Amino acid sequence: MTDLTTTPTPGGKRHSYGSLLDESPRTKKRNAAETRFRVYGVIAISIGLIFLAALLFAIVRNGIPAFTQTYIVMDVELTAAKLDKKGNRDIEDIKKVSTFGYNPLIGTALETLVAENGVETEINKGKELRDMLSSGAAAQVRFAVIDNPDLIGTTQEFTLLAGSRVDGYMKGRVDRESLARDPNLSPAHLDIVDALAADGTIKRIFNWDFITGTDASESRPEQAGMGVAILGSFFMMLVVLLLSLPIGVAASIYLEEFAPQNMFTDFIEVNISNLAAVPSIVFGILGLAVFIQFAHLPQSAPIVGGLTLTLMTLPTIVISTRASLKSVPPSIRSAALGVGASKMQSVFHHVLPLAMPGILTGTIIGLAQALGETAPLLLIGMVGYIATNYPDGVASGFLDPNSAMPAQIFEWAKRADPAYYERAWGGIIILLVFLLTMNLIAILLRRRFERRW
Amino acid sequence: MRDNFRAENDVTTNAVKIAARNVQVYYGETHAIKDVSVDIEDKTVTAFIGPSGCGKSTFLRCINRMNDTIDICRVEGDIRIDDEDIYDRRVDPVQLRAKVGMVFQKPNPFPKSIYDNVAYGPRIHGLSRNKSELDDIVERALKRAAIWNEVRDRLHAPGTGLSGGQQQRLCIARAVATEPEVLLMDEPCSALDPIATAQVEELIDELRQNYSVVIVTHSMQQAARVSQKTAFFHLGNLVEFGETDKIFTAPEDPRTESYITGRIG
Repeated sequence: MTDLTTTPTPGGKRHSYGSLLDESPRTKKRNAAETRFRVYGVIAISIGLIFLAALLFAIVRNGIPAFTQTYIVMDVELTAAKLDKKGNRDIEDIKKVSTFGYNPLIGTALETLVAENGVETEINKGKELRDMLSSGAAAQVRFAVIDNPDLIGTTQEFTLLAGSRVDGYMKGRVDRESLARDPNLSPAHLDIVDALAADGTIKRIFNWDFITGTDASESRPEQAGMGVAILGSFFMMLVVLLLSLPIGVAASIYLEEFAPQNMFTDFIEVNISNLAAVPSIVFGILGLAVFIQFAHLPQSAPIVGGLTLTLMTLPTIVISTRASLKSVPPSIRSAALGVGASKMQSVFHHVLPLAMPGILTGTIIGLAQALGETAPLLLIGMVGYIATNYPDGVASGFLDPNSAMPAQIFEWAKRADPAYYERAWGGIIILLVFLLTMNLIAILLRRRFERRW
Repeated sequence: MRDNFRAENDVTTNAVKIAARNVQVYYGETHAIKDVSVDIEDKTVTAFIGPSGCGKSTFLRCINRMNDTIDICRVEGDIRIDDEDIYDRRVDPVQLRAKVGMVFQKPNPFPKSIYDNVAYGPRIHGLSRNKSELDDIVERALKRAAIWNEVRDRLHAPGTGLSGGQQQRLCIARAVATEPEVLLMDEPCSALDPIATAQVEELIDELRQNYSVVIVTHSMQQAARVSQKTAFFHLGNLVEFGETDKIFTAPEDPRTESYITGRIG
């Protein structure tokens, strides 16, 4: 103790700190370094915010149009002579009339519509006028008739889906110049559209079909929707959640609290950390080999997608769960052991509840990652063109071929028609809404579980 | 206050509760406890004193096998409670810890309500048949720990919301609620202010009626105040063990004397 005070300063002179009111050169340097560091931080965050704003702006600007769709309102005369030649209203006979049988009726209706509005145009044949409508419009009328054969012989008002070029014109995506090179629609059609839009016969309304509908063929982007893909993603997430949460949490608890510390557990630990960094497409080919080629599970089914994504999500959940178990103060474990709780009681009664917020965060991050994952789905065939209707029940939800939201978006982005480009952005908005909802749930659950110690 | 509080240090010879013979503890390569033999009596407060790192806490943790939770820790020798070897293969450490309660250095209440903190032990050991019995156990434990009057109105408030001294008494209540026979206290007052310390010390003296209490302390005044027997540890050795009065007034070993007069430590 006493040695220190007697040791003379090297050189024999006592160091002087000078006046406290003047900044010494050292202090100045230190403060300047700190200021610089703060500026770097602000710059970094600003750049991040600018990119975020640009991203959101681009997504909203490009995606919002997908949520409205152009329709043409018209009265269609459902001539009995065309639709029910035998006149006996037999449903089987009515079904025999294909959409080709309905086309002339719609053509006539369009001719009337144009004539009534007094539009001057060189196009006056129904066949050409029909180019303004979606090729799905005839099917729309046909289904209405099959649903209610009593309509035959009457004149009904229909709100029919406009073609994607007309829709694009209404949204500003298509103009007369671009149509000059387009065989699907002529600029002359646009004059009619202008006239009809002015009196509200052609209108843009909210597009529920985009959220609930199914995918459509390449030539009918106006009909394509995300509905079935949303269900596909939903069923996959269900599989991922039900498998990866219990398996991941159980594995982490075992590794963190019970497993002996030896070469083997070290090896497992290194492997788990590495698995988290394995490209997702590797999990895709593993899923293909194991679940489809070996276990013969149905191809393209959400159950296979879910299993594959579970493999991908597990390391994320295990790592975050172990981190949150580690962060529980050891004093809580000692306290529980001290009153005679067994290891398992101390973990399940005290450690796990405290680690819950962290586990939930990790799980939601893992699920969000899985929700947005496309690459593994490519390999197990979940990017097929799924235009079938909804799964019949829970079982077929898991087992029927389906797509997933990101795969559907990928599929649309690939297609040539610019109308699909718009849908891809719209799909991104739906995907992001799902992610935000999941994060919101995570935050609420965290709040619910969060306790201080 | 309780400045002049002092336990009666008259020594009546009680039955031996814990008998340790030739105990060796190794942490990996480190030989932490060297050949310690000691007899701890029933209904007596035994204090372990000694400089930091001398092994007194390690030895304390051998008595309820808390050292089992440390992978690299190895215990040799013989520790008997009521003439039963607690390191016998047939002994379940969980059952042992119900019999040998422990209070830790830092107050560590569960992040649950005051009631649940105390009721946890009795619940997992099945000490009560119904809610009202459990209520009784909780009330009795809190009264014994001299905290009942402060918390009776807020039994369902979080235990972590209490002050440090109250938390430590809550931990003592939690330890006594399981009706242990031995109570181990690892520097129970090191995080407490003098007032709370006095309350806990008074409590320890009361607990002596029913328990064999072993307390590790850094404060020699505390050891002198609360204990009847004192053991002095130094560098893993048990240097001297005897009646507290004798250790503090006429130590036999020069190392003990140096320590209690403040020359080593």
